[in-house]
Amino acid sequence: MKKYSAFALVKEAFNNHLGWGRAWRHAQPKKRYKVIIVGAGGHGLATAYYLGKNFGIRDVAVIEKGWLGGGNTGRNTTIIRSNYLQEESAAIYEKSRSLYETLSQELNYNIMFSPRGVMMLCQTEHELRAMKRTYYANRLFGVQTEMVSPMRMKEMIPIINTDGPRYPILGGLWQPRGGTARHDAVAWGYARAISSWGADIIENCEVTGIVREASKVASIQTTKGSIDCEKLCFVVAGSSSLLAELAGFRLPLESVALQALVSEPIKPVMDCVVMANTVHGYMSQSDKGEMVIGGGADGCNNYSQRGSFQHIEETVRALIETFPIISRLRQLRQWGGIVDMTGDRSPIISKTPVENIFLNCGWGTGGFKAIPGSGWATAELVAHGNPGKLAAPFSLARFVEGRMIDESIAAAVAH
Amino acid sequence: MLLIHCPFCKNRNETEFVYGGPVGANRPDPNLVSDEEWVDYLTMVPNPMGPVYERWWHARGCDQWFIICRDTVTHEILENPSEEP
Repeated sequence: MKKYSAFALVKEAFNNHLGWGRAWRHAQPKKRYKVIIVGAGGHGLATAYYLGKNFGIRDVAVIEKGWLGGGNTGRNTTIIRSNYLQEESAAIYEKSRSLYETLSQELNYNIMFSPRGVMMLCQTEHELRAMKRTYYANRLFGVQTEMVSPMRMKEMIPIINTDGPRYPILGGLWQPRGGTARHDAVAWGYARAISSWGADIIENCEVTGIVREASKVASIQTTKGSIDCEKLCFVVAGSSSLLAELAGFRLPLESVALQALVSEPIKPVMDCVVMANTVHGYMSQSDKGEMVIGGGADGCNNYSQRGSFQHIEETVRALIETFPIISRLRQLRQWGGIVDMTGDRSPIISKTPVENIFLNCGWGTGGFKAIPGSGWATAELVAHGNPGKLAAPFSLARFVEGRMIDESIAAAVAH
Repeated sequence: MLLIHCPFCKNRNETEFVYGGPVGANRPDPNLVSDEEWVDYLTMVPNPMGPVYERWWHARGCDQWFIICRDTVTHEILENPSEEP
């Protein structure tokens, strides 16, 4: 792996930039791996990375049906925050956020982490009360947040309209060390790191069958042939139900399209992330100047990576009241991704009914922020065969025990 | 936007309807099933890629609940599905 540095840049400048090389190898499958991870999105690549870094397991293949980071990793609105209500959630999301802080240096790859601050608006009395509760919970868990008055918010975000009439702003929950990062770069950075120590990333390779021997998996059938493995880990978000069916078990998941859009680029108007949960609108300004807007999920379960017109209209219509400045902006692009929702809106990091299959899914509408922490916890689970402290609460067993980690009430909406 | 066929009002816009989720198993008698079967009933819903039976409620219309079969990839609503839910 060629180290990226100012020195390397100067050197390459004299070499017409011909010496950079590929960031990661395009591999063909070997006959056998110790661990196969299905899904080369952020979570899958992060799992492979922490398997190698924390546990020295580097005989790993990450296989991917499409292209690297082409699913939800490349389709989200890149928001990073950890101001969750429940202790279990706060632990894993805060771990993740703190790993993001130094990830660029660690990977020697600029993921453009920008802790510009995340403001969650309170637009009803109920939301204000719920956010105060979250704020107190955050204080107890050591997640740094604060409540902000409408007046202070107007100073921080001059383009905001706090007076309504439909959705007046009554306050806000501010997480100063939340922010954004370059989503593709997170996947690329992890891919470059694991590829450099010999892990194989195999794209355009779809899993078509899972061969079991008694209670264990022996190998997987793919469009690039059969591959043996000691351990198998599914990290495929919206397609988790389909893979589980191949492996012979079912999951408490529903797949649904979540969409986002960006406007044409404009000059800098807003230097933080704003989340309006009541109206399902999430907005930040990218470095290119586009307003990045995330919307609500589709009204019905589906696998069409597209999104429905009426939901994007609802989001934008409501946001225009809060941000009158965006009313004349034109939409540049709109896209959708398939998210896997659990009943309690918390993820699943778990063992499965099949002894050597492990599972990371159910991140729903908020998986990007969790990539490093999720990879960290899943690597621990795969390496030891048992979950560590971070992953343990998120097991499949919680659905049997009725031990839900209810973030749907905490956030009032999908997050 | 979907055009959904209500048995009374014929084809109407999706925005008049409320989604009721995929049609799962019928509610078993909790006294007669094992804990596993009960948890299964409470937490598992069909999540296929392709045709699925699902409930819709014509909330801003005639108030009727009904079942349609919709393809979860193409959104096509199948008029003559091959099997009943």
